[in-house]
Amino acid sequence: MQPFTKHTGIVLPVDRVNVDTDQMVPKQFLKWTTRDGYGRVLFYDWRYLEGEKPNPDFVLNQPRYEGASVLLARANFGCGSSREHVPWAILDYGFRAVIAPSFADIFYNNSFKNGLLLVTLPEAEVSELFERTAKNEGYRLTIDLESETIMDEFGLRLSFHIDPFRRECLLKGLDDIGLTLRWAERIAAYEKARCPSAVMYQPV
Amino acid sequence: MYEKIWESHLVADEPGQPALIYIDRHLVHEVTSPQAFSGLKAAGRKVRRPDLTFAVTDHCVPTKDRHLPLLDRVAAAQIEALERNCRETGIMLFNMQNPNQGIIHVIGPELGITQPGQTIVCGDSHTATHGAFGALAFGIGTSEIEHVLATQCLRQFKSKTMLVRVDGLLASGVTAKDIILAVIGRMGIAGGTGHAIEYAGEAIRALSMEGRMTVCNMTIEGGARTGMVAPDDTTFAYLEGRPFVPRGKDFESAVAQWKSLASDPGALFDRVLELDAAAIAPQVTWGTNPGMVADVTGSVPDPKSFRHAVEEKAAERALAYMGLEPGTRITDIPLDYVFIGSCTNSRLEDLRQAAQVAAGRKVSKTLKSALVVPGSMRVKAQAEKEGLDKIFRDAGFEWRDAGCSMCLAMNADILPSGERSASTSNRNFEGRQGKGGRTHLVSPAMAAAAAIEGHFVDIREWGL
Repeated sequence: MQPFTKHTGIVLPVDRVNVDTDQMVPKQFLKWTTRDGYGRVLFYDWRYLEGEKPNPDFVLNQPRYEGASVLLARANFGCGSSREHVPWAILDYGFRAVIAPSFADIFYNNSFKNGLLLVTLPEAEVSELFERTAKNEGYRLTIDLESETIMDEFGLRLSFHIDPFRRECLLKGLDDIGLTLRWAERIAAYEKARCPSAVMYQPV
Repeated sequence: MYEKIWESHLVADEPGQPALIYIDRHLVHEVTSPQAFSGLKAAGRKVRRPDLTFAVTDHCVPTKDRHLPLLDRVAAAQIEALERNCRETGIMLFNMQNPNQGIIHVIGPELGITQPGQTIVCGDSHTATHGAFGALAFGIGTSEIEHVLATQCLRQFKSKTMLVRVDGLLASGVTAKDIILAVIGRMGIAGGTGHAIEYAGEAIRALSMEGRMTVCNMTIEGGARTGMVAPDDTTFAYLEGRPFVPRGKDFESAVAQWKSLASDPGALFDRVLELDAAAIAPQVTWGTNPGMVADVTGSVPDPKSFRHAVEEKAAERALAYMGLEPGTRITDIPLDYVFIGSCTNSRLEDLRQAAQVAAGRKVSKTLKSALVVPGSMRVKAQAEKEGLDKIFRDAGFEWRDAGCSMCLAMNADILPSGERSASTSNRNFEGRQGKGGRTHLVSPAMAAAAAIEGHFVDIREWGL
């Protein structure tokens, strides 16, 4: 997993509540068996018109947001399907972090497992960031995970909080499975004590 | 109940870290698993407990002409990947040719793989379905699938708890689907975020296992990853005799243990939501998420009636997408497609309810297609034994093989752009059933009645 320590980048605003994962990676792209290449299809139905022509009305296609790497979103971002293709797509597009007032549970877990930082800020602060992004072309934010702060170039400074374990994993890019396997003995002991196994009493 | 199951599955619980919990059953399907298997292989790791892992092909599979080669080569490759992965790791797979094949959340309970008190995970957000048996079941992502394959455990933070109590009795024609849509309408689609929900109350107790599964299934649409119902005699009667359920004395001792799972009287929950079942009308969604829902006797709301500017904007956008005008009566909305199926509503009871409505009637000529897709090949076989297929066919419905089908349109069953469907599935998101498709979520009886009339009707007036 790619570690996240500190990142500065252009902010791209997606000003909608309840953006579900179906919108970010539609079903037809869930048939791929790799983790790569999903950046091209991120927000597919909103982003492209017939024949994959870029829809000029959608923010992702507006030149002022070219090269954006911080996604600014509204409440309950990532709701719906558990598809991890979404954090893969967000990262593959070039985003390193998403800022929103709240995130859906499964999407939240999936993102941290892939090194995508999700920052939860109060609604009013997120609205402030939307305003600043709209007002200033090329608006950039610096997100520092070590000190849990966000700064812009106009003196704004906000703080956020990430669970210490997730923060540590992200800062060091730790492999979750590797960490768990350090407890292999405890897992084996649990299995020995409880011995759960699926028995088929009638063949199917 | 959540805490009891949680505590009994703790492998490690160190301060400052998420707990490590043991997973009793890992369910796998073709769409979210290939990257997990390849990650495992790349790291040189093995599947720890293939005996606790069960796989099925359900999302991409065609629902007709299964004897022919798959036209969709990308889907075929994904299906082949699962078959190969299962072969290499010794995981039991129910593939398209298997008489037990079906939607993962239908076949798990049907085969008795799902049991009370278990921890059950699947790379699928509708995994909470299994919570209907008093199991702790939740959806996970692909990285977590890989983690479970490698360790049979998951690192989890404990959730807060929420009690959803539905007392009173449902009116005739009002179903489990209407309960859960009404619950989501009340608490909002993010209302359950961070919580484990327990459904309780007289109306939940009165539901069959099929009905409880429908309720738990849509828990994620209210933002919570897991929803559960305490096991009782209805649960035990459903389970007895199923292939993976213990028999004889072993069954009796299992039941004794399962009975201890129910929440203690006076158990405290972080939140409580109460609904009166008698006040629930048949529900119909009008917007682009399951919380945008109205009584069938109601109308499409005016976005201006919403309190917050953000909600008003969301409603405006939803109505534009749905092609609906504020104030339109729900029963005046004309339909093009009807889909009866999905992990929410494709079990025998669902099909019986729909068939009861369709019996002796004809699908409206204004409809372009009406599809019935059983949740599993076992459901299909039983339905055919009962003659339900004939009722549907005679009425003008298509009768298909089991799979996820038009719930998410990963196979050829797609709702065309601009067309409007009444669907028994779980999500009315933009493009869910097909790009530009407009979805209204309803119960099986409401969907069948809508197919007959070509528009929504209040099923209670049919006096069935």
